[in-house]
Amino acid sequence: MILVLIEAVAGAAAPLSLEAVHFARDLAAKIGAPVEALVVGGAGGDLVGQLGEQGVSRVHHAQADGFDSYSAAAWASALEDRVTALSPQFVLAAASARGNEIVAHLAVRLERPMATNCVTIEPGEQITATRQIWGGAALEELHLEQSPVLLTMASHAAGVEPADQPTVPEVVAFAPELRAGDLVARVVRVEAGEGGGSDLAAARVVVGGGRGVGGADSFDSLLDLAALLGGTLGVSRVVTSQGWRPHHEQVGQTGTRIAPDLYVACGISGAIQHMAGCQSAKTILAINTDAGAPMVAKADYAIIGNLHEVVPAIAAEIRRRTS
Amino acid sequence: MNILISIKRVAGASGRITLTDDAQAVDARHVGYTLSPHEECAVELAVQTVEAHGGAAAVLSVGVEDVVDQMRDALSVGVGSGVLVEADASTWAPGDVAAAIAEVVADHAAAGTSYDLLLFGNEAADTGDFQVGIAVAHRLGLPCVTGVKAFEVTEAGVTARRDGPDGVEVFELPLPAVLTVRDGAVIPRYPSVPGRIKAKRAPIERLTPTISPVGNGRIRLTVPPEVPSTVEVLGTGADAAVAAVDLFERLGLLSR
Repeated sequence: MILVLIEAVAGAAAPLSLEAVHFARDLAAKIGAPVEALVVGGAGGDLVGQLGEQGVSRVHHAQADGFDSYSAAAWASALEDRVTALSPQFVLAAASARGNEIVAHLAVRLERPMATNCVTIEPGEQITATRQIWGGAALEELHLEQSPVLLTMASHAAGVEPADQPTVPEVVAFAPELRAGDLVARVVRVEAGEGGGSDLAAARVVVGGGRGVGGADSFDSLLDLAALLGGTLGVSRVVTSQGWRPHHEQVGQTGTRIAPDLYVACGISGAIQHMAGCQSAKTILAINTDAGAPMVAKADYAIIGNLHEVVPAIAAEIRRRTS
Repeated sequence: MNILISIKRVAGASGRITLTDDAQAVDARHVGYTLSPHEECAVELAVQTVEAHGGAAAVLSVGVEDVVDQMRDALSVGVGSGVLVEADASTWAPGDVAAAIAEVVADHAAAGTSYDLLLFGNEAADTGDFQVGIAVAHRLGLPCVTGVKAFEVTEAGVTARRDGPDGVEVFELPLPAVLTVRDGAVIPRYPSVPGRIKAKRAPIERLTPTISPVGNGRIRLTVPPEVPSTVEVLGTGADAAVAAVDLFERLGLLSR
């Protein structure tokens, strides 16, 4: 059996969790095992139906008073309970902040290795995995021990596609025993803030600015273009480390990973740490004075020129056509 | 307030990665080495905390002698001392590194130096394992928050904040505690000339770990084949705006 940890947001499975289920389904087909899911705490909405569309055979629903607020250690206790009770061959989660930390807690408790950011798994007598390192600029092939193999799946290693054979999952409610100390590091409150880049991660259009923008007061034309395209601003690490723009707008390995329909990369050279954050964009348009910049080579389309001339001209052309 | 920051020396690659001949590591001959951005921020937060509350910050790394270069970077911006756990950890699992660090923390405590905060980067800039901080916390029986952008020391302990799916998540922990720091909330300071001189003289304790490493199971590293560029240049300068907007129309992004 393959057990997938599901993260839910507002009663629906997080897209990265659904990718992990899809990945698990492909693995399950190879080893002839069912895919089951673990949901912790509130499971409102049609979460179970959503998992049924993904071919999940059973949904384990952990319920306890301690799950009112998030704690990685408590969630790991729920996962540990199911691992002990069901002996899954593989435990999968998305390589999200929560997925990584919950599985890491489980790994240290079980004294088992864990592989993060996996893109392929080859089952067999000796299991091998391929995982992204350097934000995907390189890959590591490694051996993994048998049961349970603990993995997190790299973002977009699999798409979100419904199963050929949807199911009506059996729901198994259980109350895991929490360990002393599980709730010490728990979320005591959630404050409104600049946001964790969630708008950026979900944006259909991102207009990006890098070193070539030149300064904190030179982002107006990029913001204008983003607004015209119904998108949002994203920036490179140089921009945030110079203090030109806030960190929650940063795209890259240590910022937000985006997957828009269009990424307009303005004055961005295209370091691997930045590409790690934008490689899932469907279309990239680079605007750069340097035709030899890595970003231009990796883009689908490019305009060679000064972004401060090109971007306002594009905005004017959009206004001309849409007015 | 005693703070220990664990750092990792990583190749400073920002372009296409090249590997060593045996495909076991990134070839850093031409790119040098650096600290991960997460750990630079951990160092900065530690120094700010010591400036505000007194105490001392120390920097630890598990590695070979060369890692002292990166420890000196931390020592030049206000960290007081270093601990080098001498081992070629390139084939170690994250859990092995954690075991070696936990051993040092326990030994220091037995010798009279205990730490209120153990800081780590959120994940290694190269291997992205996400495990060392959590595993050290587990071994020492301490609470742990990952992905921390900012924290403040309070009478009751430490309040840590990080970005979550619904907003900024706030944690209130007793000390001692483990925090893994994420790039972004602070801008690391540059070292001053006196800072660099001080760093050269700062004491570095050298220790040999006694753990038995499990190993990371690595077979080889690979670099994905470079995809030939298929870029279509739409034009040069402002004149290309028409072609750009044609593209946006083809993508269905313009609403009239």
